[in-house]
Amino acid sequence: MTLLAIDQLHTSLGGKPVLHGLSLAVQEGEFVGLIGPNGAGKSTLLRAALGLIPSTGKIAIAGKDAAAMPAKERARHLAYLPQEREIGWPVSVEMLVSLGRAPHRPAFAGLDAADTAKIEEAMRRMEVDAFRHRPATDLSGGEKARVLIARALAQDAPLLLADEPTAGLDPSHQITLMRLFAQLAAEGRDVVASLHDLGLAARWCTRLILIDKGRIVADGAPREVLTAARLRSVYGVEAYLGETQGGMLVMPLDVAS
Amino acid sequence: MSETARYRLLLIVLGAATFILFLLSLTVGPAALAFTDSIAALFSSKAGAIALIMQEIRLPRAILGLMIGATLGLSGAALQGYLRNPLAEPGLIGVSATASLGAVIAIYTGFSAVFPLGLPLAALAGAMLAVLVVQAMAGMKGGALTIILAGVAVSSFAGAMTSLALNLSPNPFAALEIMFWMLGSLTDRSMTHVWLAAPFMVVGWVMLASLGRPLDTLTLGNDAAASMGVDMRRVQFLAVFGTAASVGAATAVAGAIGFVGLVVPHILRPLVGSRPSRLLPASALGGACVLLAADILVRIIAPGKDLKLGVLTAIVGAPFFLWLVYRTRRNLL
Amino acid sequence: MKQIMAILMISVLNASAALAAEVPHRVVSMNVCTDQLAMLIAGAGQLYSVSYLAGDRNASVLADQAGGYVVNHGLAEEVFLMQPDLIIAGTFTTRTTVELLRRLGFRVEEFAPANSLDDIREHIARMGELLGRQEKAAELVKRIDNDLATLRAQPPSSKSVATYYANSYTSGSGTLVDALIGVSGLENVAARLGLTGTSKLPLELLLLANPDLIVSSEGDYAAPALAEEGYVHPAFKAVTAGSKAVNISTKYTICGAPFTLEAAHMLRDAAGAAK
Repeated sequence: MTLLAIDQLHTSLGGKPVLHGLSLAVQEGEFVGLIGPNGAGKSTLLRAALGLIPSTGKIAIAGKDAAAMPAKERARHLAYLPQEREIGWPVSVEMLVSLGRAPHRPAFAGLDAADTAKIEEAMRRMEVDAFRHRPATDLSGGEKARVLIARALAQDAPLLLADEPTAGLDPSHQITLMRLFAQLAAEGRDVVASLHDLGLAARWCTRLILIDKGRIVADGAPREVLTAARLRSVYGVEAYLGETQGGMLVMPLDVAS
Repeated sequence: MSETARYRLLLIVLGAATFILFLLSLTVGPAALAFTDSIAALFSSKAGAIALIMQEIRLPRAILGLMIGATLGLSGAALQGYLRNPLAEPGLIGVSATASLGAVIAIYTGFSAVFPLGLPLAALAGAMLAVLVVQAMAGMKGGALTIILAGVAVSSFAGAMTSLALNLSPNPFAALEIMFWMLGSLTDRSMTHVWLAAPFMVVGWVMLASLGRPLDTLTLGNDAAASMGVDMRRVQFLAVFGTAASVGAATAVAGAIGFVGLVVPHILRPLVGSRPSRLLPASALGGACVLLAADILVRIIAPGKDLKLGVLTAIVGAPFFLWLVYRTRRNLL
Repeated sequence: MKQIMAILMISVLNASAALAAEVPHRVVSMNVCTDQLAMLIAGAGQLYSVSYLAGDRNASVLADQAGGYVVNHGLAEEVFLMQPDLIIAGTFTTRTTVELLRRLGFRVEEFAPANSLDDIREHIARMGELLGRQEKAAELVKRIDNDLATLRAQPPSSKSVATYYANSYTSGSGTLVDALIGVSGLENVAARLGLTGTSKLPLELLLLANPDLIVSSEGDYAAPALAEEGYVHPAFKAVTAGSKAVNISTKYTICGAPFTLEAAHMLRDAAGAAK
């Protein structure tokens, strides 16, 4: 089933066009890596898909026109992890994760047993239940990232959009995160993550979408998308491309001359 | 004890304290009345001097103390949650000063004498202007520094315009009343003021109180909150109008009273697990406690001198503010 | 610049020293009370300038006559340019201006506020001497004494009265108003409550005292102020219901002058009317 379909998306930021008629569709079961150089329009694409910035073109979420969809209903189809791991107040981890249930509750209603179950499951899965009572602002970067993902999991949406989720994490946390996203996809959800680390993208994603200057340059399996010629023309780097048991290996070596 | 149980206990304690301070406020005054006499006179239908004092002088004063305190506490908590900034407060971001300016223009031009509702409406318009200007300056992701600087600019400008309006008034008393508008007082307010301000304050409260869950969600930032179904335009509307209506009405009848909206949410935040939605009712009760206590103290410390409320709240609030700036100065820059 | 100032000062000093003993012929008054005394006592052309308040109907009984004089705002520069041979000021206001004018060599005479009927007699006599118009002053003092005799001839009414001014101030004992209340045969509630001088009378205490007569001093200003909100407070309206309230403009009582006794007559009449 198509969870998100974007057709001819145009956006401008401050009068400058950023996306030029971008079209794509993602299905359940996919772990899509959104790659491209700085300023290519990856974050803008995610934010436009969420309706956070104005855009022209058609966006359909779960087959329905997103423009006509109430914000709360959209939030039940689509969870979002912003790039900044913002936690405004020293609230407890448990409370922060429980925020994920907001789109499922009528206004002013408390949490019911089903909500609590989802929250517990999300905390267990992200292994944050051990420090559920600690203020989330006191945690380390890796712990914060896990808590925020647990919040997104508690939202229980079939589609997860993540903006550079691996930024600022150490290798083991990065790999744990990519593995989790791959698992979520395998369970029948869809994850779309913008990524800068081509190695991680090549190894874990089932599909890569390469964006350059607001246009999709390539879309397909990592091996089809990541070619030496494209890395040279889009990123301006010479890279080593290889194969390992766990998947494709991409290692940028030098700036292309 | 679970967090929820602790929260309920806190609300009960604050509610009881508010009730006790309200009663105390009714029993403090230059006329030495016995407690039982005064409480009996409060419900008496006979028009004796004591009944008149209790029903027409002390009751409106206590009611306004309660309502204005609740307004300042609630709007402080709501603004802090909305701007995700512990330094946001109606006084600091210039809302009180511009509300004062609006009220001053309405009163001293004689507009409010012709059209009584003009007083709270003008104050509301002034308050709204401040929130919008500060927000436009600071933007949705405005740092503490931007908000404070914009607030300082708005406050000083509104203060200067208030002084100008009062200085230019042909009434010789007007210029002496700058102090009232800058520091606030509840002396000899009447039921007329209660009826004038209460509807606006209540409407503001309802708007701010409905912000509970969106403010919780805003803990994760604007984008995350919007992605979770929070209608940011509605939240902005409620925060701006709720603050403007309640603080505008409060300022229109009692002048600008600073620091309550800053100190109260800050002290109560750890007690509610920092949760913005729980901070709202707690701060409303806490604000009522603080203002009632301050209004009792001005009558005890300097009877007959008409000490302004803002003097007391600033004596406590300003050092607290300095401490807060000291603690958060890394985030300020 | 310094030299010019010095020469200027010496010339002014010489001029004022020479004139000190003689009758002044270019007098500037800087205070609403001395303005009015001077207007009543000075000879034709002798008084040159009065303060702007002298023309204010809410502050001055002689506002209509003030138009015949040059107006000053109590500023040193403006008074300096008038080159008066006598400056009359109040001790309460424009302190720094008075100091500066003295340093510039002008002769400045100061009048304290009048707090009693004796103060009024004294002030009139002193003004007469300063202006060289002793007979006129004596005539005014005599008028006051006659007026007082008429007031005292009437039997005391023993009714109580409270003054309630803007910002809930009242006149306690030791004030001119207290003296006027005494002359009118009434009892000052503020003095009974132990208040001295001009001090606050909380609305609560006014309600408790429940006087037979309440004197307000609502001015007729072009714009409202909070100061007079006390007069529209429901509790004040309740306690002044009926004919208990009388409005006596403060212009009669802030200055001690012959017309001050007008206030005593008004009190007397109001007490007679009050039930």
